[in-house]
Amino acid sequence: MRDLIIAGSGPAGLSAAVYASNAMLDFAVIEKFAMSGGQMLNTYEINNYLGFEQVDGFTLGQTFREHAEGKGAEFISDEIVSIKKIDGGFKVVCAKAEYDAKAVIYALGANPRKLGVKGELDFAGRGVSYCATCDGNFFRGRTTAVVGGGDVALEDALYLANICSEVYLIHRRDEFRAAKYLRDKVEKNDKIKVLYSTEVEEILGDRKVGSIRLKNGEELSVDGVFIAVGIEANSGLVKDLCELENGFVKADESTLTTCDGIFAAGDIRTKRLRQISTAVSDGANAVHSVEEYLIKK
Amino acid sequence: MVKDIKTNEFEALVLGSDKPVLVDFWAAWCGPCRMLSPAVDAVSEQMTGADFYKVNVDEEPSLAQQFGIMSIPTLLLFKNGELFDESVGVLPEADIKAFVEKAL
Repeated sequence: MRDLIIAGSGPAGLSAAVYASNAMLDFAVIEKFAMSGGQMLNTYEINNYLGFEQVDGFTLGQTFREHAEGKGAEFISDEIVSIKKIDGGFKVVCAKAEYDAKAVIYALGANPRKLGVKGELDFAGRGVSYCATCDGNFFRGRTTAVVGGGDVALEDALYLANICSEVYLIHRRDEFRAAKYLRDKVEKNDKIKVLYSTEVEEILGDRKVGSIRLKNGEELSVDGVFIAVGIEANSGLVKDLCELENGFVKADESTLTTCDGIFAAGDIRTKRLRQISTAVSDGANAVHSVEEYLIKK
Repeated sequence: MVKDIKTNEFEALVLGSDKPVLVDFWAAWCGPCRMLSPAVDAVSEQMTGADFYKVNVDEEPSLAQQFGIMSIPTLLLFKNGELFDESVGVLPEADIKAFVEKAL
């Protein structure tokens, strides 16, 4: 039985891998894809991670991974199907194999939340997208809409404004949650038309997106809709083991969950600010808590 | 490694194949595409009953346009020269395998 399994290889999991290597724990990282980074892989420009004035998410993710690999961390590419309590620890059941460990750092992060309107699923890949940096280029010179009001929504609108002829930024509230510098940039950008206190009713089209109907009855002609309305935690695998709060695993900075031996790190846990830096911090805290747990055990 | 193909090879290699063919539409600047590609590589090594190719949408925009690709990664599955099924977004290895097996 290993000391530790780290589930997930976003910034929290990779940071935990570096600290677990230093702690000389017997551990492995299980990742769904042999390419680390988590949500940051979709981020086109990161300018607030200390030491990197400007970097894309893919490059930063690879840098993190190389650091963890350099420390000798073992990576297993497999999909976790379930996590079960067993005598002395946990059994992590994957699609291809099973792994036993005394402790688990659960760092599976989050995925973009669906908007939940008619037409959204029908037009996925046909004009509805959750990744502006992936799909923006297919809308060169076209009109698009971004739905949301957080950092990601404003970043997406700014990114698309470089490519598209016009970008509607649709937000259900009367002000944005996003960082001030993003709000300023959006305000100064002529291509972005902000629609506050506006909600989408339906996404319409014939084979591909043609327009969106708003709750106020208005219809906007658009070729693409980019949805950035927050995230949904991938907490399903521990929902029967740990207490959740709004889908996030309940844990403070110590990363201790309500289940002894499971530690929640990164976007998956209840926290105020979900950033790469706070995920990296969680990774360090989680390993510290794991060490204390293993000594007491 | 799954081979990148060009527009002028598409007809012969994909539509003309007597096996089902999986085509992975991708681009270098797309993070999720770079997550998916190693999984497609792995599946291609396990399955001999199907062919696997990649299309770089930056280098071959006309192919992307021809199939109405508006989101990447997209996997298109061809059988007997016709589009059999499609999948948008990142899939784990086992799901890619199951997707291709439908056309076997």
